[in-house]
Amino acid sequence: MTDNTGAHASRAAIAAYATGDPALPAAAEWAVEAHLETCADCRTHLADAVRIGDPTLDSALRRVWTELDARAPRTPAPGRPAWSRWARTWAPPTLAPRLTTGVLVALVAFLVDLIAPEHTPTPLVLLVAPVAPLFGVAAAWSRRLDPLHELTASTPRAGLAVVLRRTAVVLAAVIPVLAVAGAFTGLNPALWLLPCLAFTTGALALGTVFGVDRAALGLGLLWTALVIAPTLMNLGAPQPLRQAGLPGWAIAAAVAAVVLTARARSFTALSDKN
Amino acid sequence: MVRAVNPTESAPTRYAWEVQASGLRVRAGKRMAVDGLDLRLGTGVHGLLGPNGAGKTTLIRALATVLHPAGGNLELLGVPVNGRPDLRALRRRLGYLPQEFGYYPKFTVREFVEYMAWLKEVDKQDIPGAVQRAIERVGLADRAEDRMKTLSGGMLRRAGIAQAVVNDPDLLLLDEPTVGLDPAQRLEFRALLRALGERSCVLVSTHLVEDVAAACSRVVLMASGRSVFQGTPDEVVAAGGTDDVGDSPMERGYSALLAAEVTR
Repeated sequence: MTDNTGAHASRAAIAAYATGDPALPAAAEWAVEAHLETCADCRTHLADAVRIGDPTLDSALRRVWTELDARAPRTPAPGRPAWSRWARTWAPPTLAPRLTTGVLVALVAFLVDLIAPEHTPTPLVLLVAPVAPLFGVAAAWSRRLDPLHELTASTPRAGLAVVLRRTAVVLAAVIPVLAVAGAFTGLNPALWLLPCLAFTTGALALGTVFGVDRAALGLGLLWTALVIAPTLMNLGAPQPLRQAGLPGWAIAAAVAAVVLTARARSFTALSDKN
Repeated sequence: MVRAVNPTESAPTRYAWEVQASGLRVRAGKRMAVDGLDLRLGTGVHGLLGPNGAGKTTLIRALATVLHPAGGNLELLGVPVNGRPDLRALRRRLGYLPQEFGYYPKFTVREFVEYMAWLKEVDKQDIPGAVQRAIERVGLADRAEDRMKTLSGGMLRRAGIAQAVVNDPDLLLLDEPTVGLDPAQRLEFRALLRALGERSCVLVSTHLVEDVAAACSRVVLMASGRSVFQGTPDEVVAAGGTDDVGDSPMERGYSALLAAEVTR
C-alpha cells in the first residue's frame, strides 16, 4: 500500500490536518486523510507534527483524554476473589442452604447428647449420622432444587465427576461435626462413619434410577420411620447401629458404589425424575 | 478483541450436515413427542416453527444430547449419538439455550457466563476473553457486573444467549430465544443470529413467524412430532394463498402448510 505515486501532502497541510485547523478546506482535509492512509512517508510527517507539539494540538489531545477518562470505569470490575470462583466449581450456591440444614441437624443431635445423654438408649448423633448428609446430597443433582440443572446437564463437564464433587463438599461439611460429636460420646468412629457413607452412596446410586432428590428423601424417611422413631420411643437400641452391623454397612456402601459407577451415564442426561 | 484460531477450527469438516436425523423418535415423559422425524441441517440459521406440542422443545433437547433418542438415527457434527458416543467431545462444540432457563440470582452476568464456560470446558486461560466477547456480542457489556436478579426478562434471555455462544459452538440450539425481547432488541438479535449463522449451524425454535422471515435462511416446520416442511422462507410464503389465515404472507404460508398437513 505504500506504492504511492501521486503528489505528497505538504508539511503545512499535514500540520493543519493534525491541529484540525478550520483554514484547511474540507475537501483538502479528506484528500490529506486519504493520502495518509496509503503513504507511510507522510504518516511519518504527521507523527512528527504531533510529536513536536502545538498549543492547539495539545489542547485537543488533552480534551480527548479528559473525555476518555470521564467515560472509562472508575475502577476495574469488582470481580470476586479467585478462591470464590474456585469454590464455585465445587458447589453451586443452591447447595448451601440444604447443606446448612444437614449440619444443623447434626449439631442439634450433638447438643442433645451433651445435655441429656441418658435420654436415649443410643446417642442421637449415631441415629442422625446416616441422614445428615442426605439434605445436601439431594441438591447435588436435582432439576427441582437447582435452577441451572438443565444447562448443567447439557455441558461436557456434566456427569459423575460433578456430582461427586458436590457430594464431597457435603461430606466435608457434615463429617467434621459428626466427628466432634462422636469423639465426645466416645464412640467407635466407624459406627457413625460407615452408615453415613453408605447412605450417601446409596442415595446417589438409587438416584440414577429415581432421581437423587427423591432417593435421598426416600432413604431419609425410611430411616426415620424404621430406626429413629422407634429408638426415640424407647423401643430398644437399633440393631443396625451396633458393632456387629459394621460389615453390613460396608457391603451396602460397596454395592452402592458399584451401581453408581455402572449407571453414571444417567448424570449426563435430563430425566423427568431428577 | 481478536480471537486466536486453533488448528482444529481451520481443519476441513468431515461431515456433510451438522445435524442429520432419520426416523428419529424421542420420548418426553410417557409421550413420544418426536416420532419419525427426518432432518438435515447445514451451516446457516434454521427456524423451527410449529404449533404448541409439536415436539419442538423435545427435538431441541435431543439435539442438545440431554435426551437420548428412543429410536431412529441421529448424527450431530458427524458423531452418531445412538449408543454410547463420546458426549464430552461433542458437547464442547454445542451451545444450548433451554426454553425455561434458570440462573443463580446472586451471580453477576459475568460470573454466570464464566461459570458456564467452566462447565463447557473452555480452556482456563481463554475464559476471561471468551466471556467478555460473548457478553459484548449480546450487548450486555454495560451490565456485565450486575447481578442476574436485577436484569429484565429480555436481558436475562441475552445473558442466556451469551452463555450459549461462549464456547464458539459449531451447533447452536436456541429454544424460544426471542421471548421477552422488545422490538429493538429483536432486531439486534436477528443481526446476531445472521452473524452466528455464517460459520455455524443455528437452530432457533420460535412462535414468531416474522423472526423466521427476517433472520433464517431455512425453515423447518414441525407438526405432531414430525417435520412436515423444510425449505426457504420464500417457499413458505409461496405456499400461502389469499384465503389462508394470517396477517402477513409468511403467516399465510405457515397456516397453509399446517392445514395441508392436517387434511393429509
